[in-house]
Formats: sequence, C-alpha cells, structure tokens
Amino acid sequence: MSTSRIVNGVEVATHYKDDTHQYLSNKEGIWLFMATEILMFGGLFIGYIIYHTMYPEMFAEGAKYLDWKLGFVNTLVLIFSSFTMALGIYFNQKNQPKKAVMALGATVLCGAIFMVIKYFEYTHKFHLGIYPGQMLNLEMVKPVHQNLGLYFGFYFCMSGLHGLHVLIGMCLITWVMIRNIRGDFHSNYYTPIEGVGIFWHIIDLIWIFLFPLLYLVG
Amino acid sequence: MSHAVAGKNYLNESSGLWSWLTTLDHKRIGIMYFVSVMFFFLIGGIMALLLRLELFSSNAQEGISFLSSLPNVIKGDANPADLYNRIMTYHGAIMVFMVIVPGIPAILGNFFLPLQIGAKDVAFPRLNLLSWYCLMAGAIMAFATLFLNKVDTGWTFYTPYSIRTGASVVLMVLAVFIMGMSSILTGLNFIVTVHKLRCPGMTMYRIPLFVWALYSTAIIQVLATPILAITLLLLAMERVFGIGIFDPKLGGDPVLFQHFFWFYSHPAVYIMILPAMGVISELMTTFTKKTIFGYTAIAYSSLGIAAVSFFVWGHHLFVSGQSEVAGIVFSFLTMLVGVPTAIKMFNWLATMYRGSIEFTAPMLYALGFLFLFAIGGVTGIMLAVVPVDVHFHDTYFVVAHFHYVMVGGTLMSIMGGFYYWFPKMFGKMYNMTMAIWSWVFIFIGFNVTFFPQFILGAKGMPRRYFDYIPEYEQLNRISTIGSWLIATGFVIGLIAMIRAITKGEKAPDNPWGGKTLEWTTSTPPPHDNFTNEPTVTAGPYEYK
Repeated sequence: MSTSRIVNGVEVATHYKDDTHQYLSNKEGIWLFMATEILMFGGLFIGYIIYHTMYPEMFAEGAKYLDWKLGFVNTLVLIFSSFTMALGIYFNQKNQPKKAVMALGATVLCGAIFMVIKYFEYTHKFHLGIYPGQMLNLEMVKPVHQNLGLYFGFYFCMSGLHGLHVLIGMCLITWVMIRNIRGDFHSNYYTPIEGVGIFWHIIDLIWIFLFPLLYLVG
Repeated sequence: MSHAVAGKNYLNESSGLWSWLTTLDHKRIGIMYFVSVMFFFLIGGIMALLLRLELFSSNAQEGISFLSSLPNVIKGDANPADLYNRIMTYHGAIMVFMVIVPGIPAILGNFFLPLQIGAKDVAFPRLNLLSWYCLMAGAIMAFATLFLNKVDTGWTFYTPYSIRTGASVVLMVLAVFIMGMSSILTGLNFIVTVHKLRCPGMTMYRIPLFVWALYSTAIIQVLATPILAITLLLLAMERVFGIGIFDPKLGGDPVLFQHFFWFYSHPAVYIMILPAMGVISELMTTFTKKTIFGYTAIAYSSLGIAAVSFFVWGHHLFVSGQSEVAGIVFSFLTMLVGVPTAIKMFNWLATMYRGSIEFTAPMLYALGFLFLFAIGGVTGIMLAVVPVDVHFHDTYFVVAHFHYVMVGGTLMSIMGGFYYWFPKMFGKMYNMTMAIWSWVFIFIGFNVTFFPQFILGAKGMPRRYFDYIPEYEQLNRISTIGSWLIATGFVIGLIAMIRAITKGEKAPDNPWGGKTLEWTTSTPPPHDNFTNEPTVTAGPYEYK
C-alpha cells in the first residue's frame, strides 16, 4: 500500500487500525521468521544427534582440536552483546537515542570481536590441515577415527552458518544504528530495533547450544 | 490515493510496467504470480508432452526414438536416455516448486485471502512483493542450469547420485532454496494476516473455509520449508567441499538425505493439496446454493492434515533400508491422513445433497476433483501398506497415484478456482461453453493418460526410464494419446481466457451468488478492496 498516515507520531500503513495494531503484527511476523531460523538450524542439530549416536568417539576426538578457551570467550562476548542489544531497545523506549546508539555500537563491536576470534580459529585449523570432510589432510592430522572429517564437516557447517548469521546481524544492527542517529525512533516507535534485537538474541542462543556441542563434547 | 474515485479499480488506478513491478497491492502481486506461474506451467507441460511422446513406442533401443529425432539445437549431443532423464527432472522440478507449490496460495490466496477476511491488504505488502521476486530469481537460476550442465537427478536430488553427477546441481538446489524463501514469506504473511487483519465481526469461526485451508497451509510452509533449506544447503556443501554428511565413503548416510528431504517434501504435498481443498469448499457451497455441511469439521480437518503431515515422511523410505518397526509406524500414521481427508469428502457430498447444483465450469472442476481425488487418495492408502508398497515402489502405479492427487486434485482445483474467481479478478466474463469443453477434454484426457499407468505399474513397469519392453506398449500408447487430449483442453481453456480478457462481457459484482466478502465489493475490486470497511454478523455461507 502506498498510502499511510501518522498515528501517535508513527507512520501507520493504511491496512492497520493504529500504531499498536501495526506493532503487534510486525512483531508476530518477526517471531515467525525466527521460528524458521531455529528450524533451519534444527536440521543441523538433528544431523549432529544422529552422527553423535553413531560415532561418539569421533566427536570426542574432534573436539580436542578446538580451543575451548576461545569458544568460551566468544560465548561471553555474545552474551554481553545480547545485554547491550537489549539496552539499545531500552534507551529508545526511554527516549534516549544517544545512549541507544552507543549501546548498538557496542553490540556491533562485540559481533566484530566474535568474528575476529572465529577468523583466527578457522585459519589456525586450515594451518593444521583441518578442513571439512574429504578435504581433511590425513597426513598432517593423522586422525584416530577414520571419519574425523565428518566431525569437521559439522563443525564448519554449524559454526559457518552461525557466523554468517552474525555477519547479517551486524549489518542489520548497523542499519538500525544509522536510523537511530537519523532520529527515526522514539518511545512510540522502535519496531525495527526490536526486530533486529530478537534476531540477535536468537543467534546468541544458537551459539550457546553450539559451544558445548562442538567444543565441550566428549 | 482516494479509493472512492468512480471507475477506478486496482487494474487501472495506475499504469505502465513499472507500476506493476513495484506494486505493493496484493491483487496485482496475485496477477503477477498468475502470469509467471502460467508460463512455468506451459514449459513444464511441454516437457510432459515430450516425455509421453518418447514413451509412445518401445523401439527406442533400436534407434527409433522420438527424442533422438529432435533437432540438434534442442537435444545437443545427448542420447535419448540422458535427454529423457533431464526432461523428467525439469518437468518434476518446475511443476512442483514453480507451479503447484506457489499455485493456489500465491495466486488465488494472495488475491482473495485479504478480500475474504475484509482486509485492505496482507500484513506485509513489501514482503509479499519480495516473495514474488524470490520466485523469479529462483526461476531464473533454475532455467540457467539449462544452459550450463542440465540437471538429471530427478526433482528429489537423491544422494549419492546428486553428489557424483556432473550436472549443475549446486545452482539448481540454490534456486530451489530461494523459491523456498518465497514460499516461507508467503506463509508467514498469511498467518499474520489471518491473525491480525480480520475485519470487525470476522471471528475465526466466520472466516471462509478457503482461508482456513490457506492458514493451515501457511503453518506447514513456515514449519517445513526451513528443513528443505538446510537440506539443500548441506547438499550444496557436500558437492562443493565434500563435508561427508550424505556421503557413505566419508562415514555419512545417503538415506539421511531422503529423511531430510521428505521431512519437508511430504508436508509439501499438503502445501499443494490443502489450499486446493479450500477452493473446493467454496465451490461446493456456492454452486449448490447451500450452507456448507460441517464447517467446523472441515476447518479442523485442515489443521488435522497439517499436523499429521509432519509424521508420515517415512512412507517414502519403505524400501530404502529403514527399520521394519519404523516402516509399520509410518504405515499406520500415513493411513491416518485418510481420516481428515475423508471428513472433507463426506462433508462436500453432504453439502451437495438436495442442493440446487449448477453445472458451471468451476463446479465441474470441483466434481472432477471429488472423482479424481478419491481415486488418488484411496491408492495413497494402498501405497501406505508396506507389503503393497514393496511391490509398487518405483513403478508407474506411484506415478499414477501422485498425478491423480496433484493433477486430479490440485490442478483441477486451481482451474476450478480460476474459473470461479476469474470474473472478480479481471472484471470480464468468459464463454461458459468453451470453458466446459476445456474441462471435458482435460477430465477425459487425464483419465485416459493416467488410469492406464495404474495398470502398467501393477504389471511392474518401472518409472523414470526412457524405454520399456514391448508388452507395455499398448497401454503406453493410450496414455500418450491422453496427454494430447489434456493439452487440447488447456489450449481451449487458454483461448477462452484470452478471449474473455480481450472482448469478454463486463462481469457483474456477484455473478455466482457467492456469499463471501469478495463478492460484496465492486468488480474488479478497488485499490483498497472495499469502499467502506465491511462488518460481519454471521457465518460465511448463510444460504436459506
């Protein structure tokens, strides 16, 4: 619809009754989209469960190649970023856009720290000849379990898809931050920030499951 | 934009290609889906005709093959067997992912869901437009593989062959991934629209049954499609990096791909059939001039089918090395689908009982649906029985079964829905005699094409081969002749529609005496759907 009107200082599309109606509808849409994200990762988790049942010792061996300290730091970084993300929404609800922008900036920074640590983890693995599946360098790694490549198939797919989502999340947070600087948001209107926030929390939540499954298993 | 301007409707309120490509109006997006899906259907249909022509005679081994007689521009350097595999793959992939899945929800659903619940638009008009662009992007990628290495895996992309073949599988599965996005966005949009945008008085038990069906479909779209997405991504990763999840050489399991794939694709079968059932409910009540029998039962049976659909995927794996216990459990769960389906069938029959039935083209399609879908459904129950399926698996019996469900069910209902809502969509009436003749050819042609395939399958003719032993020739010839009848029917139907759009009579607001809200607005509807927001005080089908 091209037509819209202003209700309570909020631009409301013509097919909605008022700003609350629009807000609640948008939020339901975001939650439904999150359900699809969780289900998509769910496919990987199911695959993980199946192969972990088949080859538990393979997962135990593979986890030894991961540095749990780096994973733990990344977990803390993401949990902290969830806090700053929530602050970004809170300050907009309280009409304090400057503080909100700072909180969002901190969130993007946390995302960047996460990705940098991830980058060093990945390059270190490549250095040791650790690649997914058939590309695993058997002479360099000398695996005990013959299917160790499969573990790293899971490791790279799960952490890679998660990392991709972190990158997308960082772009989205930057977008709402720019809009926040422009003054688009106030206590009556902060739907995009909240939507991006929900996305970010879900991404953190997925990492909280990935960390023990990949790093601490066995 | 004022909605009260006389003579203005959604078709003429602005003009030019750009105004269409950037439109946020759900009705225009529905029409855009209509045009693009019809185009895909034409291509998929031509491929079906080519397949049937190749199977007209069994002499392909001796060099007398239709496909090998095609000019080099089309067939390239492929032998008829390879060519057959490729055409079969594209026929399946196009018809499933680009025609039947988006067919009813994205065309008729987009256009009529907001109208039927008295809304001005869907909840997220921009996402709605994005979903159309997703389908287009996916379609362009899928067709691009035709100019690279043509895909020959069949539409199911089964591993390990899909890992080993030299075809452009990665591009093809990414295309399907993006089309899946389109499907998710449509489903998400519809769920929120039904929850939030119903007009005053439109309680959940007053929404038309077509909306109930779309709502149940949308739930499956949102819950099942992400699994397809991750499955296809993993398949792409398997091909690019060899991650090993589906590769037995690396410790993976190719049957896991089948589990993942059917965990989406079996519910997807209900994405295809549930909205079709919704259309039939509308047609039954309008053309018998009777209140629908068992509104609540039909509504809940849609949700019931959606719920059961997630627990039946294993019936595709009866001969894939699945455990016997799992086979038996999946067998019983599959038969359970028959219960809500039969509830619908009997309610439709009861609706017709002592009604004043009008044999218009849409109603004939609805009756055709009842007849063909009953055959398709009952043979589905047969295939759900493990020992029977072991015999019929991968024979033409299965091909006939799912064509009876998908074409006899869904496509019949798409056509019925088009003829029912065509006057509202385009503001023109079509020639009823031509539409009925089109139905006669399609209905008879369909049975001539696919009924012999039940017999062929029972006699053991395997599916997916470009040739067969001479004993099967006679029934195959009948089947191929039937495909020409279907094609004739669709050509007649196409001519009827084009003639209606170019020089049809102006359609009245409510040509059929329908009781749902879309018939209360003007024809074609204005940009905002209703001049004044409707208020509902009774159920959707209050005939005397």
